[in-house]
Amino acid sequence: MKYSKKVLEHFTHPRNQGRIRNADGVATVGNPVCGDIMKIYIKIGENKKGEKILEDIKFETLGCGAAVATSSMVTDLAKGETIEKALKISRQDVSKELQGLPPTKEHCSNLAAIALHDAVKNYKDKLKKKK
Amino acid sequence: MNKRIYLDYAATTPVDSKVFQAMKPYFMEKYGNPMSVHGFGQESLEAMDKARTQVAEFLNCSPSEVIFTSGATESNNLVVKGVIRSYYSKFPTNYKSGTNIQITNKKFVIPHIITTRFEHHCVLDACKRMENDKLAEITYLTVSKDGVIRVEDVKKAIRPNTILISMMYVNNEIGTVQPIAEIGKLIKKYYPRLIFHTDATQGANYFDCDVNNLGVDLLSMSAHKIYGPKGIGMLYVKTNTPIRRVQDGGDQEYKMRSGTHNVPGIVGLGKAVSMISEQRPKNKEILKLRDYLIKRVLDEVSHSHLNGSKAKRSPNNANFRFDDVEGEGLVLSLDMEGIAASTGSACSSGALEPSHVLLSLGLKPEQAHGSLRLTLGKYTTKKDVDTAIGKLKEIIKRLRKISGGVMKEFN
Repeated sequence: MKYSKKVLEHFTHPRNQGRIRNADGVATVGNPVCGDIMKIYIKIGENKKGEKILEDIKFETLGCGAAVATSSMVTDLAKGETIEKALKISRQDVSKELQGLPPTKEHCSNLAAIALHDAVKNYKDKLKKKK
Repeated sequence: MNKRIYLDYAATTPVDSKVFQAMKPYFMEKYGNPMSVHGFGQESLEAMDKARTQVAEFLNCSPSEVIFTSGATESNNLVVKGVIRSYYSKFPTNYKSGTNIQITNKKFVIPHIITTRFEHHCVLDACKRMENDKLAEITYLTVSKDGVIRVEDVKKAIRPNTILISMMYVNNEIGTVQPIAEIGKLIKKYYPRLIFHTDATQGANYFDCDVNNLGVDLLSMSAHKIYGPKGIGMLYVKTNTPIRRVQDGGDQEYKMRSGTHNVPGIVGLGKAVSMISEQRPKNKEILKLRDYLIKRVLDEVSHSHLNGSKAKRSPNNANFRFDDVEGEGLVLSLDMEGIAASTGSACSSGALEPSHVLLSLGLKPEQAHGSLRLTLGKYTTKKDVDTAIGKLKEIIKRLRKISGGVMKEFN
């Protein structure tokens, strides 16, 4: 079991790490038994075409090297993208961009994409409630 | 890159240069098979006899009670399966792994084994296999919070059909020392027919292994934890202990363990064992350094804890847990700084589940995930420890920043 250079790079220098105050959407995935917990915060804005985009995204993660790296990567992939595009980012995309993950890590530690999708859902749910 | 620092002596130790020197001739010059009648063979046999005597002196037993194996895993498998095999040999059965035993003899009762929840996997899984094959009933003793088995609990677990108690001397993850001699006394006094085994793999460097003082019938050891080579170990089998071999083949090792002797390994084991007593004064230094490590980490890292008893602990072991930090990330970060540590046993590093040892102490999974084992050895310096503490503090700060407050949602 060895991590790729890309994983180590994202683990040592994670992108978009931290939290967003008054975030438009928040989601936490994982559980303490697995040992990996990821939380994604998103701030929604609009692009020139008037489409909703992820203006800002941040993460907090308690977990192994792969858990931190996948969280960092998903924020990298999603930042500035439209909501529709963000929802299409898959776990496979994340692991591919990271030059692959050790097989045992694919299951438990690659949940960041799900956290992203959940954060967008959380935003949409909030929007419905306002209406 | 800076000098690498090795703080994982419980996983394995480097081979001592004197051990290596002793082994060297037995690869290319003196390569005879000790079972051969000719001079080449006799040369090897002589070296092997010397090693057997060295081990026997260390354990205070007869050389004929020393069985060389490939390591502690094999020794422990031989204990569990060999004792069961011997027991069943008294009854005419269709003994075969995986089949249901049908024994018509009215005297037959299914045998019972007592072991502990935080035993090494080679003992635990061998016991589970016996249990699944319906060959034995097993009691897995619970461990107290400080990582020490209570003699009272052992006593309570003994049944009329108990044939074997297997308990490690020193736990491989948290380094806690078990009351082997006390249990040995109890057994000899009240249950003389019971077979008592201890896995002394992690204890050999630091604790008395005189089998008479310990009161054990079987004792496992491995060379690579005592500055000897990997792939060689031994099992002490007290004369007349009912145990049968499990590996079929030649007549080696008093017909207890078939297979051509690993002569260089055996020579290395003998040399490594013979050096333990001269290294004992060094152990006080290791203990001092370990205490210094524990004190500084607990003082200087907030929300840090020591897993297992501080007093009843192997001198080389420190096992911490840190709130809001995950162990693998910690080990990975330390490794990138050139510091070798582990979350727990190297044997289970492929598993994602939290350590069964830490869970047996009553820790929550997230606590077990946040653990770090640092084990010292005879080459560890104060500078190594200082460097490691410095880096550890930086890394924990960084990882806690990344984890933020995500655990709060679960508390």
